[in-house]
Amino acid sequence: MPVDEESLLEFNPAYDKRRKIKQSFFFFLFRGAAVVNGIALLIIVYFMVVNGWRAITWEFLTQPPMESMTKGGILPCIVGTFCLSFGAIIIALPIGISSAIYLNEYARPGKMVRLIRLGINNLAGVPSVVFGLFGLAFFVVILKMGVSIAAGALTLGAMSLPVIIGATEEALKSVPDTYREASLGLGATKWQTIWWVVLPSAMPGILTGAILGISRAAGETAPIMFTGAVFFTPKLPTSIFNEVMALPYHIYVLATAGTEIEKTRHLQYGTAMVLIALVLGMNLVAILWRARLRNRLK
Amino acid sequence: MADRRQTTEKNMRTMFFIIATASIAVLFLIMLFLFKEGLPIFKTVSVKDFIFGKYWYPTSDPADFGIFPLIVASVLVTAVSGVISIPLGVMTAVYLSEIAKPRVGQIVKPMVEMLAALPSVVIGFFGMVLVAPFLQRVFGIPTGLNLFNAALMLAFMSVPTICSISEDAIHSVPDALREASVALGATQLQTIVRVVVPASLSGISTGIILGLSRAIGETMVVLMVAGGAAMLPRSPFDPVRPMPASIASEMAEAPVGGEHYYALFATGIVLFVFTLFFNIVADYLAQKYAQVGEASL
Repeated sequence: MPVDEESLLEFNPAYDKRRKIKQSFFFFLFRGAAVVNGIALLIIVYFMVVNGWRAITWEFLTQPPMESMTKGGILPCIVGTFCLSFGAIIIALPIGISSAIYLNEYARPGKMVRLIRLGINNLAGVPSVVFGLFGLAFFVVILKMGVSIAAGALTLGAMSLPVIIGATEEALKSVPDTYREASLGLGATKWQTIWWVVLPSAMPGILTGAILGISRAAGETAPIMFTGAVFFTPKLPTSIFNEVMALPYHIYVLATAGTEIEKTRHLQYGTAMVLIALVLGMNLVAILWRARLRNRLK
Repeated sequence: MADRRQTTEKNMRTMFFIIATASIAVLFLIMLFLFKEGLPIFKTVSVKDFIFGKYWYPTSDPADFGIFPLIVASVLVTAVSGVISIPLGVMTAVYLSEIAKPRVGQIVKPMVEMLAALPSVVIGFFGMVLVAPFLQRVFGIPTGLNLFNAALMLAFMSVPTICSISEDAIHSVPDALREASVALGATQLQTIVRVVVPASLSGISTGIILGLSRAIGETMVVLMVAGGAAMLPRSPFDPVRPMPASIASEMAEAPVGGEHYYALFATGIVLFVFTLFFNIVADYLAQKYAQVGEASL
């Protein structure tokens, strides 16, 4: 944008008009970019719903796959995804909350905190397939868990750790310092303050983070491909050392490796729709809940 | 009584500290196992032949373990996705924090967050069954499963990352700067382009790097959409086989402890090094140019 000196010294109507037109044009572009994202989301969800809703029947949700996965339902996948994602959160939640408590309540700025944060940031950046490799080498092979719920949930749990820590820290930060000071002023120790004052006020925020963590774990495929999920198993798991089917992996398998990919298209759409409904439903709840919390704190 | 409280206090502090190091421990274990299972391949192939070897035929006899085509595929897919996702993400961030009315923002922002929440396998599936036939028809190309399609899908996975981090950065620019610019007679656009964006550039760069890092490590999309040919592509519409796709699709057939198994872990090391590099750069930028008040502008 060239600004000649003249335009700075006195009001120049032509220049002013030019820059206003320019502004409208660029604002139009910016708005367009934002709209493109919304459209992308809507198109994806629209196609999954339009093609998938007819596959959703009571049988589809309550039957195991039949006739080499060309008919039947996805019950084992729903159960499997449920076991894996809740297992992951049961592992990640206590560790994540404790880490966040240390970072936000106890730690003083210094090298150690810097190192821990670097660890968390880098853990968040590790590709999902690398988590899969790690789970395979460590949990499946070295710890001899085999391909199982335990190994899959541990892998997913390790992956969800940064999400949980981030959400918990945000929740802890939103607790006003006056609460802490009041409690300490009454003679409570730091731990008593955390347990009786800080955690209860931060709890809704922490639970929001937990929901986001579960939904993310439920949608992941690459970490469980080698550690928890299998191509096909008709029986439901009875122990944490059973292998399971999982929704995301089932979509992948049906869409790429089935013998009759075109024939099972409706099952693929149906499974994708169930997964989307599950993940976006949980996210929507968490996002709305968090927005309400933020407004209340203001 | 007071004594017991003090002991509990100390124990709690120690316990929380130990648990807080879990993330470092996990990161360390990931590296340990990647190297433990990946390094043995270099007994059969030299590092140079592994990284710059042009042929990836892990199951033929004798096997070829050259991951150069896989690295090129990963880099190209990420670069092309960046061409789409960087302008889209940054512009959305600017729109959300500078232009949009709060009401509109309250609708658009959750949509961007939901885009981030879509499972990658669903985006891959979408690219496979809807975008691929579409591209094939429109451009008259032999297969819609190719570099461009994968990059397009990846772009929409990295936009939310780029957008939300950039938005935070733009948000943290003090209002006084905007007011000063407007008071000097600048339009809102001039203020955005010359004051707000330069002031938040470090945060925006951090967002871009983390977005690209997400794209290069993303697995399901490139596994389902990129086409899977381990060759050097000649055009954006050639099928490719990025590193994560190779690892994910071949691990099931590779016997534990075999050469192929080691080679896939070594590919994992290369991928890990890429993302680690991205993350360290992002972390460095965020630390070094962290905006503290208005003084450092």
